[in-house]
Amino acid sequence: MNEALIRSLTPAVLGILVRRGADFAAAEDAVQEALIEAIRGWGADPPRDPKGWLVTVAWRKFLDATRADTARRRREELVDQEPVPGPAAATDDTLQLYFRCAHPSLTPSSAVALTLRALGGLTTRQIAQAYLVPEATMAQRISRAKRTVSAVRFDQPGDVATVLRVLYLVFNEGYSGDVDLAAEAIRLTRQLAAAIDHPEVAGLLALMLLHHARRAGRTAPDGSLVPLAEQDRDRWDTGLIAEGIGILQAALARDRLGEFQAQAAIAALHADAPTAGETDWVQIVEWYDELLRLTDSPVVRLNRAVAVGEADGPRAGLAALAPVDESLPRYAAVAAYLHERDGDPATAARLYAEAADRASNLAEREHLTRQAARLNLRLNRPGRG
Amino acid sequence: MAKYLLLKHYRGAPTAVNCVPMDQWTPEEVTAHIKYMQDFAARLEESGEYVDGQALAPEGTWVRYDGEGRPPVTDGPFAETKDLIAGWMVIDVDSYERAVELAGELSAAPGAGGKPIHEWLELRPFLAMPETTTECHLR
Repeated sequence: MNEALIRSLTPAVLGILVRRGADFAAAEDAVQEALIEAIRGWGADPPRDPKGWLVTVAWRKFLDATRADTARRRREELVDQEPVPGPAAATDDTLQLYFRCAHPSLTPSSAVALTLRALGGLTTRQIAQAYLVPEATMAQRISRAKRTVSAVRFDQPGDVATVLRVLYLVFNEGYSGDVDLAAEAIRLTRQLAAAIDHPEVAGLLALMLLHHARRAGRTAPDGSLVPLAEQDRDRWDTGLIAEGIGILQAALARDRLGEFQAQAAIAALHADAPTAGETDWVQIVEWYDELLRLTDSPVVRLNRAVAVGEADGPRAGLAALAPVDESLPRYAAVAAYLHERDGDPATAARLYAEAADRASNLAEREHLTRQAARLNLRLNRPGRG
Repeated sequence: MAKYLLLKHYRGAPTAVNCVPMDQWTPEEVTAHIKYMQDFAARLEESGEYVDGQALAPEGTWVRYDGEGRPPVTDGPFAETKDLIAGWMVIDVDSYERAVELAGELSAAPGAGGKPIHEWLELRPFLAMPETTTECHLR
C-alpha cells in the first residue's frame, strides 16, 4: 500500500473521529499522527482493514492527547454520551470536511493549507515544501486555521463555491517539491464529486482533467513554455481528455451552467482539435460570451479578445480588446500577439517587451522576451525574416 | 499566497520623515527599535506569513569576470553607490494589499525621540511559479 492510498483514507477517518465527538483540531492532529505511523510502519505488509486500523490508532492518539488535557473530564463525558457510530455513509462526513476546510472565515492560503492537511493527508512539511515557505510558518498557518474552524458548527451548510475556489487554487499552484499539487487537487475534486451531485463540481473536475491532460505538451524539455498552437498534440493524454469531455457533457446536459463548466467547454474545444488550425474558435467565442454573462470579468474580456482575433481576424480582435482595462496582467501580451498578426511587428515587439516586464512568473517572462527578441531580429535584419 | 521582499535601505531610498542617524539615538531608543523589529517578525511567524529575514552589513564588494584564466576583478565598496541595502524580509501573504499594510507597519518602527521613523521600504513581488492553467491561450 503506498502513501497516496493511505492518504486517501484521511477524510473518512477524520470524519469518523469528529462524528464520535472529537473536537476538530484535536482529531486532525490525531489522524495526522496515525497517518505518519502507517506510512512508516506498514511497508509491504499493510493490515487487512487499513481504514479500521487508522481509525483505531487515530482514536487512541486522540484519547491519549485528551487525557493529558485539562479538559479531559468534559471530553470523556462527551465520548461516553456519544452513541457508537453505525455504518453511516462516509461521504457525508467527507462533504462536511470540505466545507469546513474552505470556510469563508479562513483566508485563501489558510483554507488551502487546511484542505491539503485534513482532506489530502499531506504532512505539514510536504505542504510547506510545495509552497516554498518554512515548515514553522506552515505549521502556524495550519494551527490558526484549525482554531478558526473549530468554532464552526459541524452541521452548518457549506458553500460549494468557496470549496471549488480553494480546490482551483490548489490546482493552479502546479507542483514543486515532492508533491504534485495539480494531481492532488484532481484527487480531492474527484472525492468531492463522489460525495456531492453538483454540475459545477463536475465542471471543475472536467476543467482540471482537460488542463492536466495537456500538461506534458506545455513545456519543452528545458522548461520553457510552448504556446498552445505549437504544442505536440501527441503528448496530450487522450484518456484524460475523453474522461474530461464525458464529465463535462453530463454536467452540461443538466442545464445549470456555471463558470467552471463554461471554462471547461473552452478547454474541451482546444483539447478536441486535432491540430491548432482546426480549433473551433467561433464556438470558443460563444463560450466566452456565456462566461461574460456569468461573470462579467475583465480577464474573460481579455481572453475573449484573443478568441475573437482567431475567429474573425486580428482587426476584430483589437476592436474587442479596445474596451479592456490596460492594467490587467497579460494585457500587453495579448495586444502584442494581435498586432503581430495584424502585420505590425514594431508595435508587437515593443508590447512583447513590456509584457515581459510585467510577467508574474519566470517561464512566462522568458517566453515573452524571446517573442520580442524574435521580432526585433526580424526588424533589424529585414532580409532574414 | 504571494511572496514579497521587503527591502530596507541604508541609502538610496527617499529620506525618512524622522531621519536621524541611529548612532545619535539614545540606547533605549535603539533597543526599542530592535525590539519592534523582532516583535514584528514574531507576529508574522505566528500568523503564518513569515518566510525569512536578515540584516546586512553596509560594506559590499563588486565582483566582475575578467576573462578566461584570470581571477575575477573586485572593487569597492563604492562610497558613492546610490543604493545600499540594510536588510530584507520575505513575507508570504494573501494579497498585495496585505503586503503594503505590513510594509507600512514595518516602516513605523520607532526611531529618534521614540517616534516612528516613517522610512521608505521597497516592496518587490517574487516571480511566482507558472500556473498550471492560464486562462490566456498562451499555453
